[in-house]
Amino acid sequence: MTTFKRAKGFWLSISLSLIFFAVIQVLIGGGSLNPFYQNTLMFIGINIILAASLHLIIGVTGQFSIGHAGFLAVGAYASAIMTMKLEMPFVVALIVGGLVAALAGLIIGIPSLRLKGDYLAIATLGFGEIVRIILLNIDYVGGASGMQVSHLTTWPWVFAAVLVTIIVIRNFTSSTHGRACISIREDETAADSMGINTTYYKVVAFAIGAFFAGIAGGLYAHNFYIIQPSNFGFLKSFDILILVVLGGLGSLSGAVLAAILLTVVTTFLQDYPETRMIIYSLVLIVMMIYRPQGLMGTKEITSMFKRKGGSSHENKNTAA
Amino acid sequence: MKTKTPLLKVDSVGIQFGGLKAVSDVNVELYPGELIGLIGPNGAGKTTFFNLLTGVYVPTEGTISLEGENLRKLPPYKITQKGISRTFQNIRLFSELSVIDNVKVAYHSLSKHSILSSIFRLPIHFKGEKEMDDKAIEFLKIFNLDQYKDEKAKNLPYGKQRRLEIARALAANPKLLLLDEPAAGMNPQETHELMNLIALIREKFDLTVLLIEHDMPLVMGVCERIYVLDHGQLIAQGKPEEIRNNPKVIEAYLGEEVS
Repeated sequence: MTTFKRAKGFWLSISLSLIFFAVIQVLIGGGSLNPFYQNTLMFIGINIILAASLHLIIGVTGQFSIGHAGFLAVGAYASAIMTMKLEMPFVVALIVGGLVAALAGLIIGIPSLRLKGDYLAIATLGFGEIVRIILLNIDYVGGASGMQVSHLTTWPWVFAAVLVTIIVIRNFTSSTHGRACISIREDETAADSMGINTTYYKVVAFAIGAFFAGIAGGLYAHNFYIIQPSNFGFLKSFDILILVVLGGLGSLSGAVLAAILLTVVTTFLQDYPETRMIIYSLVLIVMMIYRPQGLMGTKEITSMFKRKGGSSHENKNTAA
Repeated sequence: MKTKTPLLKVDSVGIQFGGLKAVSDVNVELYPGELIGLIGPNGAGKTTFFNLLTGVYVPTEGTISLEGENLRKLPPYKITQKGISRTFQNIRLFSELSVIDNVKVAYHSLSKHSILSSIFRLPIHFKGEKEMDDKAIEFLKIFNLDQYKDEKAKNLPYGKQRRLEIARALAANPKLLLLDEPAAGMNPQETHELMNLIALIREKFDLTVLLIEHDMPLVMGVCERIYVLDHGQLIAQGKPEEIRNNPKVIEAYLGEEVS
């Protein structure tokens, strides 16, 4: 009975988000959504994927990683190489970008996930910088002057990627495997003594997170015409980290909401270049003073509707 | 009883932290179905001994074997899967998870559905999760915790948190259950209930229990045999009445007689 209800909510949210997709698609096709808004929409989508993927690593598994821009960069460059140098179709490029990033996640994760807390943070920070500096020194991808990339990222691609990301991460989290990850966040020693292979699940979460960051990288690269190593500095990692913290550690819908909110705020603040960073920082400071647990705390939007017997459509709807 | 093969055999085990010998030359044999107490003054090395048994520390000397199988260098999660599970002196629940999810985490290593089947929501995923749900609820009923199943673990009162921790340890399907001061911080009424509970689960799950406890009447009352640790060494072992009158034990607890 409950599984049936849950499945119903799931299909309802899928159909609602598809309607949302169609509406936007019609608006774009009809020309009533100008390129500026279209571009904002793409950014929102990419940031949602980034926030959701980091949410899995930090919010669910509790591994404080601040090198997420490194995976973004790996995905961006790998997919750009696929389309520009090897002339592969975009979808192949996206998947390859994700897979290469996941591989990078495994390589960095297996040794460094033995570390805890601050030490892991420093190690992942180092990883992000290493990626940037390596890219800076490879002439094949243009070094510091960057790499020309054609504009391939369109609304349907972004939408599909966001939907897949959210479904996969939600399904993973709400299974016994997700519970294993949460138990690591809550108490690693106890998780270990309950028969959970903690190293394995940390690496799995890290690799899945890196995979989606890589997909976001592919979308990001093909949204711009040019990618440069300087786009992927550690400030970019912190931007993503802020999305997850602001949304509420442990809440997927919170991460999604924060991604939407902050992208919109940043976009509108572009009109005031002198005061932009001041206002942005003020928003964050005020937020952390009055709501230190983040927008959603650890709750999901769906749980707010459960009491009324509603379904989980809000979550997916905002996600779209 | 002694004719049976021991479930757990600890053979001259010790561990050294730098220059400090926290535990040395400890020999313990536990037989199936026994309820054994481990006592000793503060800092005697009791919890360290538990950590050695569960693989948190690797012993620097000696061997530990469960049903004849050497557990040396196995990581803690594997030792749990082999059949030793434990509770902690300071409660370590997954506080943000619900009561039922705490128990389900312990079932995880028995689950058969893979990560991919969960991501794609294949039928086997639903079947596996449903099985876990049913088993966990059944379990919570034994412990009288089923009415709190959706409550976050951290919101339970202290005594119930203790009970949940034991329930969680049992859900991992152990042969040997290690309880680290289960009655700590409980009032006499709660302690009494706890004792009944331990007796009940021991019978029901065909368990061997090793119990660290400071509450002497409790240990003397329920344990069949008692080991006494002091300064990392076993100073006595035997039946409760033997322990009670053992001069070494009295000395360890009360200090040397002034002559």
